[in-house]
Amino acid sequence: MYRYLLRRFAFILLTLFLASLIIFTATQFLPGDVAQIILGQFATETAVENLREELGLNRPLHIQYLNWAGGFIRGDWGTSLVSRTPVRPIVLERLGNSAMLAVMALLIYVPLGIVLGVIAALKRDKLPDQLISGVSMAFVGLPEFVSGLLLIAFLAIGLTWFPANSSINPDTTFREAFPYLVLPAITVSLTGLGYITRMTRSGTIDVLRMDYVRAADLKGLPAWQVLIRHVLRNSLLPTVTVVAMGIGWLLGGLIVTETVYGYPGLGRLIVYGIQRQDLPLIQASSMIIVAIYTFSNLAADVLYGLLNPRIRVGE
Amino acid sequence: MNERTLVLDVEDMTVTYRTEKGPLDTVRNVNLKIYAGEIYGLVGESGSGKTTLAHAVVRYLPANGFLRSGKICLSGTDLMSLSKMEMREIWGSRISMVHQDPSSSINPAIQIGEQIAEVARIHLGFSRKEARVRAVEMLNKVHMPDPEAVAKRYAHQLSGGMLQRVLIATALTTNPELLIMDEPTTALDVTTEAVILDLIKDLMEEYNTAVLYITHNLGVVARISNQVGVLYAGEIMEEGSITQVFKNNLHPYTRGLLGCVPRVDTNKRDISLKAIPGYIPRPDNLPRGCIFAPRCDLVEEACTVERPPLVEAEEGHLTACRRFEELKKIGNVVADTRAGGSKDDKLGDLVLEARNIKKYFTAAAGLSALWQRGRSVIKAVDDISIRMRRSFTMGIVGESGCGKTTLARCLIGLEEATSGEIELEGELLPYSVAKRPPEILKKMQMVFQNPDASLNPQHPAGSSVARPLILLRNLSRKEVGDKVKELFQAVNLPEEFIERLPHELSGGEKQRVAIARAFAADPALMICDEPISSLDVSVQASLMNLLVDLQESRGASYLFISHDLAAVRHLSDWIAVVYLGRLWEIGSAEDVFVPPYHPYTEALLSAIPIPDPDVKQETIRLRGSVPSAMDIPSGCRFHTRCPRKIGAICEQQEPPWQQRGNYHQIRCHIPIEELLEIQGEGLLKKSAGGGVIS
Repeated sequence: MYRYLLRRFAFILLTLFLASLIIFTATQFLPGDVAQIILGQFATETAVENLREELGLNRPLHIQYLNWAGGFIRGDWGTSLVSRTPVRPIVLERLGNSAMLAVMALLIYVPLGIVLGVIAALKRDKLPDQLISGVSMAFVGLPEFVSGLLLIAFLAIGLTWFPANSSINPDTTFREAFPYLVLPAITVSLTGLGYITRMTRSGTIDVLRMDYVRAADLKGLPAWQVLIRHVLRNSLLPTVTVVAMGIGWLLGGLIVTETVYGYPGLGRLIVYGIQRQDLPLIQASSMIIVAIYTFSNLAADVLYGLLNPRIRVGE
Repeated sequence: MNERTLVLDVEDMTVTYRTEKGPLDTVRNVNLKIYAGEIYGLVGESGSGKTTLAHAVVRYLPANGFLRSGKICLSGTDLMSLSKMEMREIWGSRISMVHQDPSSSINPAIQIGEQIAEVARIHLGFSRKEARVRAVEMLNKVHMPDPEAVAKRYAHQLSGGMLQRVLIATALTTNPELLIMDEPTTALDVTTEAVILDLIKDLMEEYNTAVLYITHNLGVVARISNQVGVLYAGEIMEEGSITQVFKNNLHPYTRGLLGCVPRVDTNKRDISLKAIPGYIPRPDNLPRGCIFAPRCDLVEEACTVERPPLVEAEEGHLTACRRFEELKKIGNVVADTRAGGSKDDKLGDLVLEARNIKKYFTAAAGLSALWQRGRSVIKAVDDISIRMRRSFTMGIVGESGCGKTTLARCLIGLEEATSGEIELEGELLPYSVAKRPPEILKKMQMVFQNPDASLNPQHPAGSSVARPLILLRNLSRKEVGDKVKELFQAVNLPEEFIERLPHELSGGEKQRVAIARAFAADPALMICDEPISSLDVSVQASLMNLLVDLQESRGASYLFISHDLAAVRHLSDWIAVVYLGRLWEIGSAEDVFVPPYHPYTEALLSAIPIPDPDVKQETIRLRGSVPSAMDIPSGCRFHTRCPRKIGAICEQQEPPWQQRGNYHQIRCHIPIEELLEIQGEGLLKKSAGGGVIS
C-alpha cells in the first residue's frame, strides 16, 4: 500500500510538471504583448521595452519557465498584472469560497444521489426507477443558467426564501455565507445528482445479481442487513470515484453557476483573468485546479483501495 | 434399516414462471422425500429445472416465479403457509444452501470469519464474541488449516476448495435439518472435489442432516448419495436407491446419461459413446406424450399419446417409462462396441516435436519490474518436451494451475515461449503466432474452452467458419461457400445454421461451429483446450464422438487438454501428466491408467468420480492445493503433497526418469518395481467387466 502511494505520488508530480509546461506554453500564445497590455495602447516604445525588461519577458522562454515554476514552488505565485498585488492571496481566498460551495453541494447531492440510486436499483424498471432515472438525467442535461435562473425566479424572487445574489465578501465565514450558498449549491447539485444516481443504480444492480447476495439472503439475514452489509459495501465503490472526481469540478469548473449568482469562486476568477489577460493569475489558478483534480483522483483511488480488500490486502 | 425421520416432504409441486408468452410450468408435479442423515442426489442436465426446483423448495423464486400447486413440509412445518419474514427465519437456521461457485458466493469485502459469525448472531442469538469463536470452531470442523488466521482473511486470499469449505462451515453453523447443495463441487478440480465430497459425506453422518444434492455429474452422485432422482425437463423420470438407478435402471433417459459418460477402462477404439440425440425440450414446447419420447430409441406409438405417470416398478424404485418391464429384459446396453476399431500400432509420421519448452512470466508489471527483476518469476511451463504423430491424440492432464493451457498456448504461438524448440512437420517454428506464415497457421488450429467467447457474436456461424478458408487457403467465393456447407455437414449441423448468429445456437452447437472453423484450415494438428468441459454430458458425448470421427476421416492429430480424466482416457492414445509446469509421467493411455503410475497420477485417478457405485476406488487424497508457480518446491516438485513421499531425497533431489516397456516413463524416486508392488492391481481394476457394459 505504501509503495503504491509513493508511486502514485511520483506520478502526480509528473502530471503537475507536464501540466505546468502546458499552462506556461499556452499562456505564451495568448494574443497581445503583456507589457503593451499593462501600459495601454498609447504607451511609448521605450516604456514598453523597459517594462518587458523589468518583467523578464526578454529572457529565453526556458529561463522564464524556470523562474515562474521555481517561484510557484516557493510560494511566490507572481503579481497580478491588473491589481498589482500578489496573486497567491487572491487565488487562495477564491479557493476557500469554492470549497464552501463544494462542501455544501456535496452534502446535498451525494446522500440524495445514493438514496435515489439505491431505490432505483431495488425497484428496477418499475415506476420509481423510471421516475428517478428520467428526472435525474433530465437535470444533468439542463444547463446551469437555466436551472439557476428558474431557482432564482421561484425561490429567491417568488418565495424570497434565499437571496438571489450570492456575491459575498472575501472574509465571510461559512455560517454567514450559508443562506447565500443554498441556491448555487442546489443548482450545482441538480447537475451532479444524475451522475451519482446513475452510478449508484448500476453499481447496486450489478451487486444485487451477485451470488453472495443470494447467499446472504439464504443465510436468513434481515433484508436491511443484506442491503447495507452485503450490497452497499460493494456497490458504492464506483460511486466513491465519481464523488471524488466531482470535487475537482466543484472547485474549479463552476464558471456558469458562479456567474449566474455572482459568487466569487475560483471559476469566475479564471474567467476574469482571461478577460484581462492577467497571466500570473491564469497560471496560478490553472495550476491549483490541476493539482486539485490530481489529488482528488488519488483520494478516490486510495479510498477505493481502502474499501476494497482485494486491493488493500493483495496477495 | 433403522427408522428414518422424514425431513423434507414435497408433494406434487409445480413451479410456474409468468413470461411474455404466458405461464410456463418449469417444474411439474414433483414429489420428493428426504430423510435425516441421507443424501438425495438430484441429477439433471442444464435446463432440466434442478436449480428452480431447489429455489422453489426454499421459496426463493424470482418475482415472476410461483408455486402453482403443491405442498412443501419441513419436519411438519408447512412452508407454504409462512410469510416472507417467517421464511427468513427458516433460511440459514433450518435450511441452509450451498451454491455452485464458491468464489462468487462469498462477499469479497467481508472477512471470512465474520460471514460465518453473522449466521450465529442472527439465528443462535450469540454475542459478537461468541459468534467469532463459533466461526473458528466451524472452520476447524471442516478441517480448515489454521482456522484462526483464515477467519481474518478475505475471499480472494483463499483457493476454491478452501472457499467451498467455508460455505459448508457457514451452512452447518446452525445445524440445519436440511442442507441443499447446488453443484457444490462443479467449479473445483477433481482432486479438490474428491476431498470435499469426503468431507460432505462425513459431516452429514455426524450432523444427521438431510441433504438435497444437485449435480449434473453422475459420478459424483454415485459417490455421495443414498437416493437418486433423475430430473428431465422439469419432471422426475426415475427415482430409487443408488444401486437401483445405477445398476438396474428402468428409464431410457437414465441409461442414455450413463452411456454418455466415457469409461476409464476402454477408449475410442473399442467403443463409441452413446450420445442422446436431440435436445432437451423447452417448457413452452413439450411433446404431448412422454417428454423423453422424441429422443428415446425405445419409443413406440403409444409413448407419444399420453404422458406416462411415475410408477413404482419395484419397491422404492420409481420410473416414468411405460415400457420398464421390457427394459428389465434388455439389460443395460449403454455403449456401442466398435467393430474393427482396433488400430494398428504402426507409428505415423512425426507431426509435432516440442523440445524443452519453457514459459516464464514475471509477476511484476510496469515500472516496478525494473527493480524487481528476477525476484518473482512464475514458471508456468518449465521444460516440457512432447512428440506427436499423425492421427494421434495426446491427452494432457493435471490440476488447474499446472501449466496445461500455457503449454498449449506456447505451442500455437499465442504465448511466446521463453525457450525451447517447436518443430512442426520438421520445420522449426517462430515462437509468436504473428511471425508464423499462413502455411504454418493452416497446419495448427485451436478449439477453445468457451465457445461463447471464441465466436464473434456479430458474425453468423458460417462466416466464422469461412474466415480461415479465405485467410489461409485463398479459396474463391464459390469454393468457400461449398466448403462451409461441407464443414457444417461434417460437424452434423444443419445447413440453415450457416446464417445463424452465435446467440441463436446452444452451447454444444457453438462448439461444433468452433470445431468446424478449426477444421476449415485442414490442420495437421488441433489443440483442444478443455473443449467439452462447459457442456452437458449428453452434448459432451456427441462432441467426443464427433472428434473421433473427424480424426479418422481427416487424419488430424489432437492435443487434448482436460481435467476430465475419463474423457482424456477415452480420446487419447498417449497421456502426459503435468504438475507445476513439468511432466511427471508419459505413456500410452492403457499404461498410464494402470500401475505402476506416478503418485500424482495415482491421486488424480483415485479422484475421478465414476458413475458406478460398485467401483470402490482407493481413497488417495491430496492435501492442500497446487503450490504457487512463483515458489516451486525443491527436489521433486510434488513432494509437498505426495502421499507416497519416501524421505529427504524427495525434498532434495530432482527425481530421475524411469523407463518401462513401450516408452512408458515415470519421474519418481521410488523404483518402478516398488511402485508396481505398492499399487497392486490398481485403483480402477474392479470396474472392468463389472461395470456398465454387460
